[in-house]
Amino acid sequence: MSLPASADAPSVAISNRAMNAVAAHRRRYLRETLLAYLFLLPAGIIIFTFHLLPVFYAFYISLHRWILVKGGFIGLNNFVRVFKDPAFYQSLQVTVFYVLGTVPLTIILSVIIAYLLFQKIRGLSLFRTIYFLPYIVSSVAAGAVWTWIFNPRFGPVNMILNAIGIASQKWLLEPRGVFELIGRAFGIAVPAWAAGPSQALVAIMVFAIWQVMGFDIVVFLAGLGAIPNELYEAARIDGASGWQLFRRITIPMLSPTTFFVLIISIIGSFQAFNHIYVMTSSAGGSLGGPLGTTSTLTIYMFRQFWDNQNMGYGAALAFVLFAIILTLTILQNQILEKRVHYN
Amino acid sequence: MQTTVVTQHSLRMRLPYLMGRTGVYFVLIVGAIIAAFPFVWMVLTSLKSYQETALRVWLPSQLLFSNYPQAWNQAPFARYFFNTTVVATATVAGVVFTSTLAAYAFARMEFFGKRVLFIIFLTTLMIPFEILMIPDFVIITRLGWANTYAALIVPWTASAFQIFLLRQFFATIPKDLYDAAVLDGADHLAFLRLVVIPLSRPALVTVMLFSFLGSWKALVWPLIVTKSETMRTLELGLSSYVQEAGTQTQLLMAAAVFTIAPIIVLYFLGQKQFIEGIATSGLKG
Repeated sequence: MSLPASADAPSVAISNRAMNAVAAHRRRYLRETLLAYLFLLPAGIIIFTFHLLPVFYAFYISLHRWILVKGGFIGLNNFVRVFKDPAFYQSLQVTVFYVLGTVPLTIILSVIIAYLLFQKIRGLSLFRTIYFLPYIVSSVAAGAVWTWIFNPRFGPVNMILNAIGIASQKWLLEPRGVFELIGRAFGIAVPAWAAGPSQALVAIMVFAIWQVMGFDIVVFLAGLGAIPNELYEAARIDGASGWQLFRRITIPMLSPTTFFVLIISIIGSFQAFNHIYVMTSSAGGSLGGPLGTTSTLTIYMFRQFWDNQNMGYGAALAFVLFAIILTLTILQNQILEKRVHYN
Repeated sequence: MQTTVVTQHSLRMRLPYLMGRTGVYFVLIVGAIIAAFPFVWMVLTSLKSYQETALRVWLPSQLLFSNYPQAWNQAPFARYFFNTTVVATATVAGVVFTSTLAAYAFARMEFFGKRVLFIIFLTTLMIPFEILMIPDFVIITRLGWANTYAALIVPWTASAFQIFLLRQFFATIPKDLYDAAVLDGADHLAFLRLVVIPLSRPALVTVMLFSFLGSWKALVWPLIVTKSETMRTLELGLSSYVQEAGTQTQLLMAAAVFTIAPIIVLYFLGQKQFIEGIATSGLKG
């Protein structure tokens, strides 16, 4: 569009007028550059100071023994420690449980609900309002009521379970794995490696799914709206059934949206913090408890920083978490991008 | 579309369709009940007596509205509300100011280093909060801002995401409009003020809503940079109230209700913007 700053035009046989025009353009470009920098300055200062510089600073901190205050330089020792730390592997496992337990289920349920909402139904806006409501409320207030819903003695979940003849569960206070508990109910001994996520973590996952589903539904509704109607009409004329329409048109045409939702959901649930914080730090619980079975990577990192004031180790953990998220995102891009259907 | 196709068929052919419709409504209604139940339970519990909360009853025998003032007075909720309002308002104002200017520069101006700067800005989108938490905490402490409004507000008064969002919107405004404005003697600032901002109101409202919501819902950052009770935001204040009020569930639920009430009112007022904002940009609040 505009000439580059170094407008080194051929100097031979160039008229004075052209030279003047180039010089004027140059001046304008310079003025515009100055003005643009002025426009970028306020945002630039904040982003540089609090969002960019800290990345390098975090790396600097991670290379030091840094417990509340800066100590000696220890190179990559904090990173070496991460990979030798059994608690790191436990929190990695908890995180994987959390991601696997929330992301696919949320996406499947959201696609179904969005698809049903899309069937030109009555009361669409009322349904949409209700489904979206959990997403906008604070996780502390919502977490307080969910903690109460899962209360072992007085909560409605156990009241319903009792009504259909199932014994009360301990939910947020239960460190044993759900597969182990289900196995026990049927008299099957489940080996320790297959015990699954703790019942406490499952309760938190239910809360988290409830809260983020509204977001996914709204995004899927937008995705559904972008599928050309002619496709459905043509398929209907060919005699396709409702299920065939869903399977052969909706699912493939929705895949870019699904891909987008999948990536942000995985990133989001790898960073899960608030849901776990509010459900485990209230009365009778401990952050990441019981027995560390709800301590995800972010919770573990937060506790290193906050409870132990070990900033060096906390920063190293943060980088490992970041590396995992980044690798997964790139992998998904590589693997899924090819299978996603674009027009 | 569907209905016109369907009405041409006989009732015999319509029957599976009608059954399908019933199924659709059944699933949607069950889903809506599950989505709404925690809110209903929250309100019901907030009106029960202490004894009733431990009796496994579904409905309160009488509506104890007195739980609300009692909860309100147990912790400095007025102060929490004030703090959150100050923090959220200032954050939104900051975001709108910084993002509008930066987005305009990236959308409409030609300058040296534009591409590189834009890429640097975008890079910060990938950085998770976990990386920033510790160094930002140290920076805030070094600046002597610990336990101040500045600590709660300043770091979040600019966001690459909002800049990106606005830039995309500004870029859709035809360049012809700018050329015409220049002929009329307008400069960039005048064009931004008189043309771009009025035309971008939906995008700006979306940015405002989501930065307001983000600020209102923030928990971890206020937790680590505030020390005294008087600096707590509503979210943090409620969180510590939940941890301290223990077994008085009816009061806890009353507090939960009045802390989410403003956000729910805001949601009903700006629902269209919320949903369209998410639908078009898929952004996380």
